[in-house]
Amino acid sequence: MQKLIFGAIALFALTLTVPACKDKVEVVGFGSVEVEFDNQAEGAPLVFGKDYTNVAGEKLQFSMFNYYISNVVLIKEDGTRYVVPKDASYFLCKHDDAASRLLKFSNVPAGDYTKLEFVVGIDSAKSVSPIAERTGVLDPATGASGHYWSWNSGYIFMKMEGTSPAAPAAGNFHFEYHIGLFGGKDSPTLNNLKTINLSVPNDAAIVREGGDTPHFHLFVNPLEMFGTPTTVSIADKPAAHGDPFSAVLANNYADMFEIDHVHN
Amino acid sequence: MKKLPFFGLFTLLLLVLVACKKDDPAPFVGPTMPSNFPAPVYDMEANPTTAAGVALGKKLFYDNILSRDNTISCASCHISYSAFSNPGHQTSHGIDNLFGRRNAPAIQNALWKTGFLWDGGVPNLDLVALNAIQSPVEMDESPALVLEKLRKHSEYPALFKKAYGTDDITTATFLQALSQFMGMLVSANSRYDHYIRNEPGGDLSQDEFDGLEIFEQKCATCHSGELFTDQQYRNNGILNDFSFDRGRNEVSQLPEDIGKFRVPSLRNITATGPYMHHGKFNTLEKVLDHYASGVLDSPTLDPLLRQSDGSLGIPLSVPEKTKLLAFLKTLTDEQFLRDERFSE
Repeated sequence: MQKLIFGAIALFALTLTVPACKDKVEVVGFGSVEVEFDNQAEGAPLVFGKDYTNVAGEKLQFSMFNYYISNVVLIKEDGTRYVVPKDASYFLCKHDDAASRLLKFSNVPAGDYTKLEFVVGIDSAKSVSPIAERTGVLDPATGASGHYWSWNSGYIFMKMEGTSPAAPAAGNFHFEYHIGLFGGKDSPTLNNLKTINLSVPNDAAIVREGGDTPHFHLFVNPLEMFGTPTTVSIADKPAAHGDPFSAVLANNYADMFEIDHVHN
Repeated sequence: MKKLPFFGLFTLLLLVLVACKKDDPAPFVGPTMPSNFPAPVYDMEANPTTAAGVALGKKLFYDNILSRDNTISCASCHISYSAFSNPGHQTSHGIDNLFGRRNAPAIQNALWKTGFLWDGGVPNLDLVALNAIQSPVEMDESPALVLEKLRKHSEYPALFKKAYGTDDITTATFLQALSQFMGMLVSANSRYDHYIRNEPGGDLSQDEFDGLEIFEQKCATCHSGELFTDQQYRNNGILNDFSFDRGRNEVSQLPEDIGKFRVPSLRNITATGPYMHHGKFNTLEKVLDHYASGVLDSPTLDPLLRQSDGSLGIPLSVPEKTKLLAFLKTLTDEQFLRDERFSE
């Protein structure tokens, strides 16, 4: 009888230790994550050459929209931060190259991720790093071609170009905004680096060992750069190249980015 | 008679050995680290200087292939006997005879520089060449195309292989080779250097010695140390309208930097005229006259050029100017200006 009771108690105790839900996987190990930068405007995917209207009421069409994304951090529900290893965290997202806008991360610690953080641009440490460490999208001659200022050493964080009837006729109605400047090395300069902090609207991104790869689907709206907090008028300012006006533009782009949804 | 052939053979062998020894190249010596200089700023370990690297860098420096139409090389505007500045040119003409805005700076003691270009737009020696290559008024070429040209060239792949162990030519190895050559351009054997290091050849005349003392009182705050520059950006009053060239402001975008330009080294100053960022003064006498009585006021004029009595500039009497000029001439390093390792 004692053996039976003991056995029953032991069995009962055992059932308490075994997770009740059969399909609840233990949160250990590593998985993968994808982050997609999907450019959208006026409620639909961005199309070059299509007419849009900015908040200043000016009609415009886009012909180029590229930006560097770096220093990606994934943040769990409980606040734990996973900082993506630096050298796996530099991306040049070009609108007309869909593959460049799909960021893939592996060896991500398992967990439920509800927030995303990244820098628009190339951080100052990398901006002054030795030439041998500038490979791929950071190589000034090749991968960063068109995104590097040789006269003011540094990367162009964001390039937005297009046409608008509001732009000067002398420039073929062209507008172009090139935003760079990381704060300088031996002497201070303007700093247009911005960190974007985003939260998932509903579901967390679930990362599990051997599980499906969750996908953060971001919407990026170039029209948002024309307003909030400062309205930008193409007629007033059709261009910016590493000048003080670029600070106004960089201050406007915090609300260009949002996590539209997460696929698990 | 039988002994003779053996003796002859031995002598022949000896002669061959001696002859071979004479043909041994002198062991390669990297850039000099002068004892009166501080430690270099450039990361020497990230780009170790080798004979093959320097030879490759020198060849690239003198090669027109870096320009769009193969007419302009680095040496077009950076001439060895002028401490690699452009003698007689206020600003230089590059491709298609287009003029730039600024005077070509000397290339000397680059390993000790914290910034490059008159506005400090480039912080690292490895990156400077990109500016000249891409500038539409200098070489007007894309660096990617330069690399392609080098890859197709009959000699460069082998030279890169000799320097780096691989004939895969990359942006980094291309730029680092140029840096290896430019790093060799160390100038620290002027008469002043011999004087300061207590070496033979370091005798200063009375005027030169007096000039040194005046220099230390009146010039050495900005033109400081053995590099003869504090490497800061200053407005020295040569203009009061900077709309054509805002200087450091064009890089920093900060209003307080309008009209400020990088303080240049005064080494080899006799060889690097015309003077100032736009080559306005063609003699050193005119430079001293400027400081004594020609300084123009503007909001960012350097405080050091504002005297307590409200006057502008640096008071210099005629005898003081004579002595200063005498001293400045002792900064000429003939050995550097004529070094065949660096000339074409």
